[in-house]
Amino acid sequence: MKLRLHIWKQADSGSPGRFEAYPLDDLTPDMSFLEMLDELNEGLIAADREPVAFEHDCREGICGACGLVINGVPHGPLQATTTCQLYLREFKDGDEIWVEPWRAQAFPVIRDLVVDRSALDRILQAGGYISVHTGSAPDGNTLPVPREDADRAFAAATCIGCGACAAACPNASASLFVAAKISHLRLLPQGQPERTARVRSMLAQMDAEGFGFCGNLRECQAACPKEIRIDMIAGMNRELFRSLLLRS
Amino acid sequence: MNGELHANAPAGPLENRWARHRFDMALVNPANRKKYQVIVVGSGLAGGSAAATLGELGYQVKCFCFQDSPRRAHSIAAQGGINAAKNYQNDGDSVWRLFYDTIKGGDFRSRESNVYRLAEISGNIIDQAVAQGVPFAREYGGLLANRSFGGAQVSRTFYARGQTGQQLLLGACQALYRQIAAGTVEMHPRTEMLELIVSEGRARGIVTRNLVNGRIEAHTADCVVLCTGGYGNAYYLSTNAKGCNTSAIWRAHRHGALFANPCFTQIHPTCIPQSGDFQSKLTLMSESLRNDGRVWAPLDAEDVNRDPAELAEERRDYFLESRYPAFGNLVPRDIASRAAKEACDEGRGVGPQVDGRRLGVYLDFSDAIAQQGEAVIRERYGNLFEMYQRITGEDPYRTPMRIYPAIHYTMGGLWVDYDLMTTIDGLFAAGECNFSDHGANRLGASALMQGLADGYFILPCSIGNYLARREPGPLAAGHPEVRGAVESVRARIDRLMNAPAAKHPPEVFHRRLGRLLWDHCGMAREPEGLRQALQDLPRLREEFWHGVRVTGTGAEFNQVLERAGRIADFLELGELMCLDALARNESCGSHARTDHLTADGEVRRDDDRFSYVAAWEFSGESGAPKLHREQLHFEFVRPSVRSYK
Repeated sequence: MKLRLHIWKQADSGSPGRFEAYPLDDLTPDMSFLEMLDELNEGLIAADREPVAFEHDCREGICGACGLVINGVPHGPLQATTTCQLYLREFKDGDEIWVEPWRAQAFPVIRDLVVDRSALDRILQAGGYISVHTGSAPDGNTLPVPREDADRAFAAATCIGCGACAAACPNASASLFVAAKISHLRLLPQGQPERTARVRSMLAQMDAEGFGFCGNLRECQAACPKEIRIDMIAGMNRELFRSLLLRS
Repeated sequence: MNGELHANAPAGPLENRWARHRFDMALVNPANRKKYQVIVVGSGLAGGSAAATLGELGYQVKCFCFQDSPRRAHSIAAQGGINAAKNYQNDGDSVWRLFYDTIKGGDFRSRESNVYRLAEISGNIIDQAVAQGVPFAREYGGLLANRSFGGAQVSRTFYARGQTGQQLLLGACQALYRQIAAGTVEMHPRTEMLELIVSEGRARGIVTRNLVNGRIEAHTADCVVLCTGGYGNAYYLSTNAKGCNTSAIWRAHRHGALFANPCFTQIHPTCIPQSGDFQSKLTLMSESLRNDGRVWAPLDAEDVNRDPAELAEERRDYFLESRYPAFGNLVPRDIASRAAKEACDEGRGVGPQVDGRRLGVYLDFSDAIAQQGEAVIRERYGNLFEMYQRITGEDPYRTPMRIYPAIHYTMGGLWVDYDLMTTIDGLFAAGECNFSDHGANRLGASALMQGLADGYFILPCSIGNYLARREPGPLAAGHPEVRGAVESVRARIDRLMNAPAAKHPPEVFHRRLGRLLWDHCGMAREPEGLRQALQDLPRLREEFWHGVRVTGTGAEFNQVLERAGRIADFLELGELMCLDALARNESCGSHARTDHLTADGEVRRDDDRFSYVAAWEFSGESGAPKLHREQLHFEFVRPSVRSYK
């Protein structure tokens, strides 16, 4: 099968970028999208040309490293699928494909398709944890957690931190990412003591990083490879409202 | 260093050893801890939990990872679960039973003291994770759920769907974030360790490359902890993340840290088979699938191309059920893997041909679906079935899955004593990168347990004990050993960038290495093949340094350079793996030598001659590695023949 790729090339965040065309043939439908980029790069290196930089690691949809905007959609055309789990059988012979990095002010480009997502780590450092000293925990079964709550907390905790939500959002908001962590910890009894401060400090950090506000556009939910839903954002907003009431 | 190695394990009754040892350890006064600097390389379960806990205790910690965030360490991909001897199910479990199962599962090639300690600590790990907010599976009454895993006869595995590693890592990572915010841990993501700094026989720091701008930097400290994971990617195709590498531990090995049992590599039976030459990695599917799936291959090689649904029962060979009636499809990983390989070697493999071979057997859910209903199977394995379908384009509810073994975990690694210190003073190794605890074969749901036991509970004690006996104060930046290490890193990068006949991308050599190791140092090892590999590998290494092409420069973001450096280290390690496999003239656990099998094809240990840890000393690029032995003494268990019949 043949495809014509148009890939974003950019030396670093300070340099201008542009699309470069790469025609590829001899592809097979069982190849993954990233394996296609591997093949492209091996060919480029053998020809002593600069390969395309892209991020990837586990290639099984869980580490959150990969993330390409494919034909305008973060992680490409399939629902609930990371870029590394996308196979060429989803495309037609002869297709033209446009490949770009995540685009958000808070995600500066490092090289080509690789962006700096450390802003997400800094948001978690602002309170996305439970303060528990190693060794001080009581027996795991001292605190029963209703199964339903545990399941909902798990659904929130499956966020892989890829940043597709912010890349998909017209406001470049990281609300879904932040809401997932707020919800995960809010739904568990262990997360209660710090819940009031947590939501405020994490959202303040989100603002400071240059992410926008949530406008309920739901693009994030459509792009999320782990199907995290925007009702978590509603829950986060309630949590913020609660914390403001408690402060006043 | 000469003769036999000693583990410094305490003596006395097994159940008192760890408590006794902790009492004997020296402590650092809380007010003095901030004077000591600790480097932790790696941010997975072992590294993340160690860095967080050491920071919390008050040490100045620097933590490094090559990923863009500590949350992406490969521990994130562990699916199945984590063992703990809680006996919440009242099914007869105990610390002793977990200890015994683990040491037996490792085919009696691990240390009693270490394994007992691991079982003893296992319960604390669950408590810690629950307190951090790890959303483990729960019963309707709100208490923690357990399942039986990997052939265990008790239900002691805690899990979070098929994403237990992710949830435990995020728990450790949250603890790490808390310390980063508190200023006790300085995190260095996108930073790769390329050299160890050793001065007067003591580990004093590391040299790193900043992967964004290529800057080479020296970081000095009072001790160094490596938590850099396994080396399964030596085989090129494995279930490991693409970035997993051996470079940190191999650099340490070259400085004198002994490398133990390098040939003990685990092959996981339930992976999705390779579909073409372009394949970049193999995907594991949780072995919980074997609870309901039946493994079979066509009885006759003529049937391999036929639609499996058309093959009548009598034309199918349910080879695990027939050979191992007691355990059936739930036999340990090494046994299931080897049996699948044998079926394929006999020409009875199924699926597409790659390199003229059909490497796959069926994992069939049709009986389970008929008996329990599709809804039950969907509830239990829905996410795994979906993943399978996404990768292969086949629907496992309608047609049997195809599976084949793949390299998954490495039991070998840097030799460490009971305190997790390597043979280099002040250099510790924890998690998958050390050799301890799993012997010749790792049981399911044990890796997460070991990583977190090491990081949360063992290293904080043993590092305190180490530092308490030393004055704080790292080497000066201008120290000759620091400058020398930086220079050697620069020289190596120059050499990689300027091969005399630069032509091939680094992956070309990596694939060739992988094929050699898979064929000769994989599931079944023959002395002849190992000797051949030992002939071929030095030539391959030479070709690599002569013909590898690295584009760009060293002073910028350069993924080709990153990969080339890692492959160069894998090429050296591959030789040691083969040498170790050849020297171990027995079969044990995952190491199956075809010349040491019983009449019915089972592994045959030789306890009289090989009940030891083989720890290899580096002796120059052209010198022969020197073997040191740590004799294993079994005071509490009697090594028995593993029987799963």
